[in-house]
This record gives sequence, structure tokens and C-alpha cells, in this order.
Amino acid sequence: MNVPTTLLGLLEPEPSHGYELKRSYDSLFADNGRALSFGQLYGTLNRLERDGQIQVLGAAPGEGPDRKRYVITETGVAQVETWLAEPERPEPMLQATLFVKVVLALLSDRPAAKYLDTQRDAHLERMRELTAMRKAGPLSRTILADFGLFHLEADLRWIDMTTARLDQLRNEITR
Amino acid sequence: MSILSADHLTKSYGSTVALHDASMSLQPGEILAVMGPSGSGKSTLLHCLAGIFTPDGGTVTFNGRDLAALSDRERTRLRRTDFGFVFQFGQLVPELTAVDNMALPLLLAGVRRRPAYDRAAAWFPRLGLTGLEGRRTGELSGGQAQRVAVGRALVTGPTVLFADEPTGALDSLTGENVMDLMVDTVRTEGTAVILVTHDARVAAHADRQITVRDGAVIAPEVHVA
Repeated sequence: MNVPTTLLGLLEPEPSHGYELKRSYDSLFADNGRALSFGQLYGTLNRLERDGQIQVLGAAPGEGPDRKRYVITETGVAQVETWLAEPERPEPMLQATLFVKVVLALLSDRPAAKYLDTQRDAHLERMRELTAMRKAGPLSRTILADFGLFHLEADLRWIDMTTARLDQLRNEITR
Repeated sequence: MSILSADHLTKSYGSTVALHDASMSLQPGEILAVMGPSGSGKSTLLHCLAGIFTPDGGTVTFNGRDLAALSDRERTRLRRTDFGFVFQFGQLVPELTAVDNMALPLLLAGVRRRPAYDRAAAWFPRLGLTGLEGRRTGELSGGQAQRVAVGRALVTGPTVLFADEPTGALDSLTGENVMDLMVDTVRTEGTAVILVTHDARVAAHADRQITVRDGAVIAPEVHVA
């Protein structure tokens, strides 16, 4: 999760106070990671200000960081633009941990298929949770759940393909 | 107490073993996904559970009765009234309208024409199909046709719905919509479902799943008989 650019994106439509940014961030993205701490929020805002990506629009009288209103700068907008337009680097081709487990199981003559079945059940359990989440809505949550579902589905395809080729793989690596 | 169970089923086609000591059970109102690769035996299991195929060995029990002990006539009646079926495609009669198709199982079950059509028509708003009653099935989109098929499978108020790749011919979004509608409807009706699929996203709508591999059932948990 790119927290600084995400905060810039939230700030782009209109100037905002820190606590309003945190509220937006948590309601939209806390499912996808952890809620934003105030320390992380104000630390990030200070760095964004230092780097010229946001400015303080004005501070209401009184003490404390919540008095400040922030506005995004042109540099900040350019950063959001670049981040949105640039594709994310695809994850490594192999699921490293599972791959290692399968190979080690075959090498030690342990039940690799059973381990993969257990993994499949765990994946399907998570997919049931996400299916319940996508049905409950609203659409923003549905789309977030769909993202997780499609990725887990891809994992499952790999698990199924690997399960079907365990004998071949065993022959190859124990030759 | 399970509503439908298979105990130690075996079934071969010539020298090919399709089911080998396959056992499973379905609880009332439960949605059970049956997963497995092509040729694993999952469709054979469905056909045996539905009384369409007779297993070579083992028993299928529905509501406490051994299917093999029923006469052909009793089994046919079971399939018309207690069981409903949704397949991937090709199940609607193309010469008939949507409401004709929906009313057909009721007419075959001996319900008079007027009440059969009244009951069939009542399903259209539930399935988001209002206004499409008079369309021939060739004039429906894939998603609409599959919703008619779901209605047709449920119109007799079956205890068990057998769904074999029910969204296999649909795109992702349309398939999700049909699954959502089907699941909501069977939950309301209290219908149990055997959902055969190789699609994990479809299986994720179920309460639990079993996997068929090389004709045997692999269950993630010990089922309660």
C-alpha cells in the first residue's frame, strides 16, 4: 500500500484536515490493510509538505496539527497521475512458499497432495468469506472483494495444476 | 440427519472406473459444491445422486429411502417433483415461450393448466424477468435464459436442486448475478443444492465443498450422516 500517494489522491478533490483524511482512508482502505495511525498520518503529511507535494492552506487559531488544512500542489497532482497510470509490478511467477513446500514434501516422500488439498480448503474458506463480503456491498466493497477472489482463484488454478502433475514432478526432482 | 447421501458408490463405463467407493452427504437446505477436474467423476456422482444413473455398487439414500428400491415410475416422479435441475445450457425448449418453459414441470407433474401458469408467472418478478414471459427462449440473453432455467428448476418446490456448471456458459459478471439470484432464492425456499463446478468462484457461494478426484470423494471434514 502506497500510503503517501494514497493520501495525495484523497486530498486532490478538495483541501482537507488531517483527521478528515484519516477518516476517508480508514473507511475506504482499512479492509485492505491496517487502519492508519495518527503518527503515520502526520509523519506522512509532514514529508509530503517538505517535498512540496502539499501545502498548508491555513491554520485555525489554537494548538495541534488538526488545526491545519492541507491542499495538494501541482507536484502532488503529477505524482498521483504518474502512480495511477503506471502498472503495478506483477507478483513473482511462483508462489514461493507453496512451491518450496511441495518440493520438500516430494523429496521427503511426504503427502504433497494432502498439503495442497489443505491449502485448497483454506483458499476456498477465504473465498467464501470474500463472497459474503461482495454480496453485502456496497459496490466499493464488492469490487475490493472481487480483487481478492480473482487472485485466490489464480492460486487455486496453480494448486490444481500442480496437484495433477505431482507424479511427474516427483520423477523430475528425485531423478 | 442428511436429506441425500451416497455410500460407497462405484460406477464403471466398460473398463473405465468413474466412481470408486464415493461417499458424501447433504444436509437439508445446505449448498454443497462438488469440485474436481474434468473426468474426475463429479458429473457421474451427480447423475447417480439424482437417480438418473444406477450405480454398480453402493447406495443412494434420499429422505431415508434407497433410490434403487424405488420403481422406475417412482424415480421419475421423484425427479419431477422433489428434484430440480439446472445445467450449463440447452435445457429450455426453444419453440416455447419463457412462461411455457417455466410451467412445463408443473404440467408434467399433473398440475392443471391455469394454476400451473399462475405459479410459473409468479416467479418472473422474483427472478428479475418481469415482461419477458411471452419471449421465446431464443430471444433471451444468456443470463435471462439461465434465470428462466433456475425458475423452471425451482417452480415445483423441490427439496434438492442439482446444478451442473450453472454459469459455465456465461461471462463473469452475468454468471455472478445468476449465482447471487440462485443462492438468494434457494435460501428463501430452503432448497438444498448439489452444485457441480470446477470454478472456485462459483464454489465459494456454497456452504462447503467436496472434491472428486479419480472417482473418490475427498472431503475437508468428516461429514455427519
